[in-house]
Amino acid sequence: MYNTYMIRYGEIGLKGKNRPAFERRLMDNINRALRKLGSSRVLRVYGRILVESEAESTRVLDILSKVFGIVGVSPALRLPLEEQAICDGALATIKDAAAHVLLPAGETLTFKVEARRSNKQFPRTSPELNGLIGGYLLDNFPGLQVDVHTPRIKVRVEIREKNAFVYADDISGVGGLPVGVSGKALLLLSGGIDSPVAGWMAMKRGIEIEAVHFYSFPFTGEKSLEKVRDLCRILTDYTSRVKIHIVHFTDIQKEIQKNCPEELRVTIMRRMMFRLAARIADRQGALALVTGESVGQVASQTLESMRVINHVIDIPVLRPLVGMDKLEIISRAQAIGTYQTSILPYEDCCTLFLPKHPATRPRLEQALEAEQTLDIESLLAGALERTVVEDIQQLLP
Amino acid sequence: MTGRQVYLDNSATTCPYPAVIRAVVEAMEEHYGNPSSLHKKGVEAGRLLSQAREAVATSLGVSPSEIVFTGGGTEAINLAIKGALPGRHGRHVVTTAVEHPAVLSALEQLKEQGVEVTVLPVDGQGVVDPQQLQEALREETYLVSVMYVNNEVGAVQPLEEISVVLAGFRKGGRKLLWHVDAVQAYGKMPVLPGELGVDLLSVSAHKVHGPKGVGALYVAPHTQLRPLVAGGGQEHGWRSGTENVPGIAGFGVAAAVIAREARGAQGKLFPLKKKLVEGILAAVPGVLLNGPPCHQNSSRCAPHIANLSFPGLRGEIVLHSLEERGIYVSTGSACASRKNPGSHVLKAMGVKGDLLEGAVRFSLSPKTTEEEIDYVVEQTAAVVQELYALYGVKKIGFRP
Repeated sequence: MYNTYMIRYGEIGLKGKNRPAFERRLMDNINRALRKLGSSRVLRVYGRILVESEAESTRVLDILSKVFGIVGVSPALRLPLEEQAICDGALATIKDAAAHVLLPAGETLTFKVEARRSNKQFPRTSPELNGLIGGYLLDNFPGLQVDVHTPRIKVRVEIREKNAFVYADDISGVGGLPVGVSGKALLLLSGGIDSPVAGWMAMKRGIEIEAVHFYSFPFTGEKSLEKVRDLCRILTDYTSRVKIHIVHFTDIQKEIQKNCPEELRVTIMRRMMFRLAARIADRQGALALVTGESVGQVASQTLESMRVINHVIDIPVLRPLVGMDKLEIISRAQAIGTYQTSILPYEDCCTLFLPKHPATRPRLEQALEAEQTLDIESLLAGALERTVVEDIQQLLP
Repeated sequence: MTGRQVYLDNSATTCPYPAVIRAVVEAMEEHYGNPSSLHKKGVEAGRLLSQAREAVATSLGVSPSEIVFTGGGTEAINLAIKGALPGRHGRHVVTTAVEHPAVLSALEQLKEQGVEVTVLPVDGQGVVDPQQLQEALREETYLVSVMYVNNEVGAVQPLEEISVVLAGFRKGGRKLLWHVDAVQAYGKMPVLPGELGVDLLSVSAHKVHGPKGVGALYVAPHTQLRPLVAGGGQEHGWRSGTENVPGIAGFGVAAAVIAREARGAQGKLFPLKKKLVEGILAAVPGVLLNGPPCHQNSSRCAPHIANLSFPGLRGEIVLHSLEERGIYVSTGSACASRKNPGSHVLKAMGVKGDLLEGAVRFSLSPKTTEEEIDYVVEQTAAVVQELYALYGVKKIGFRP
């Protein structure tokens, strides 16, 4: 029933001089997300962002709920500046809002009308409108009661230049910053539960993500790669496209397997991954890496391991999951929509090569010594040469 | 990468013959009528159905009126098992531990309705003992379902002996239906339900270079069957729904090839399989053949399926390593490879541990050439030796 959506974007309002750039980015992102719906319009009026769309409200709201930077959305009716139309719109709005209110038995549904007239040409003042519309609602919706202090439903009416807007609900958005305002980072994407969540959390802070995946064919297969692509496709709901760099990692793994002591293989493997990722990041203009690591979660994620692994690169590594427990990560993955794909049973390269007892407290000297046998530069060059880039785009109808 | 492609996953599915593709396209372009329609378009489509039915019947040595087209092998099997009427006293079914999931899962559904199911064990080669079948039969047994060729290891079940056992059981006037899942035997060995005294026999088109989504159930005369799909009464009322004319037309073309060549197929395929198995066994010590040995005179050994275990290597890794060299094979059966872990067939044969996880299936088709087999032997030996060399005796790819 709604045709307009008023977008609130609190956090970026605080950013002073950056504000216009931020708003432009948010509008771009909303526009891109709404392409799925065909015709809809995003405009900036009255100091806020409005979306006009004739599409089914639940679909529009679902899409907007995945755009970072949106703090809240009010589905609204855009109406002509006529009293009767406004009254009828208010009635439709309160009926819809009432359908979503869970009222304890015996309690009456309370409401108030909050009119604001910025268009002073309109013949009724705000207090007049409150009374007029309130009366109309009481007459036409049995069981309502006015409560000006703590109403269950607030019907807001805005009288603007050309139109009136009526709305009641305010639906929370996902928050964060519009993707792109914080620059770009490279996400190390395995096929597991954690890394897509880490990518999502980075995007939530306005970071544009490209992904790197280390592919160990024939030790893993096309199905595991397709799973990674599917994870990227899910992330495009939040950012519309994700570039994925598929690095041919097999030769490096073979060399590590041949030359390095078993307990250090995971450490060396991660060091090689970080080196490759940092080079790709540099090439792509990404300023940081993002990983799904969380401290102490598995043996290779101890602080000692992180330090030894991190030592090979000098760009920041963001680990957004560091403060989360496994269960929190799982429930976040479920909310994002990546969980069901992540738990498909195709191996990624890490699980295949896990030794029985990886070193949990590797020392830097050990790692350096173990790497002496590897021709690191030529291994990196070989892997980068065989890296394939795929552009995973949002699926449009 | 040589760019060379050898497809040895024919028990999962096959590459359709060009003539099959043409028949499917032609049916869609030209003969799109509904066979039930009274006008010319309907009659044309109906003619395609009859031709295909004739071809499938000929390939099985039966009459066209005994063929029911279905939406695939699994549906044919479900129709046989769930459609078979128990009669007044029937409430017991006998099957084997190595049947395809289509059979075993359909029987699970029957169990929920109170039917008792005896699952016969198999020996170390995947073959069931007719003596044990005889002992399992009871007054209340109304259905026996035994596959012809096992899809994972290529064990050929002793259908002639079973036929004798069942004939003896029926002598006393006892009613019993015998279903044979012949999906893997069809096109590779003679499949003649009439000679065996089989009542119900299922086949699938896409395993014999036909299209996917089409199968057939042979139903012996006077067999009572309850349809699974109710509707307009197509396929003698046993499978309602407008016929999949393009698919069935394609099936007909593939069946015509079988009718012409199936007797020769076995003689052509067997030496190739023997060469493959013996070549790999000779080149890589420690590799084991799962299923009946392929001596020239072994009648228990299907001519086109070879299941080999590479101890210490996970099957998936061998599979992908061969894929890298353009060779397509599978681990266990394709349907099962998503599920974890290990095949119910190999387990029933007593295969354990890393032999279970290291199993790889090579499956041939009449299109396979000797040159391809040479290439596969050479590449498999190279791949496996390389993997063994890289990882020594340590088992790789296993979860710690």
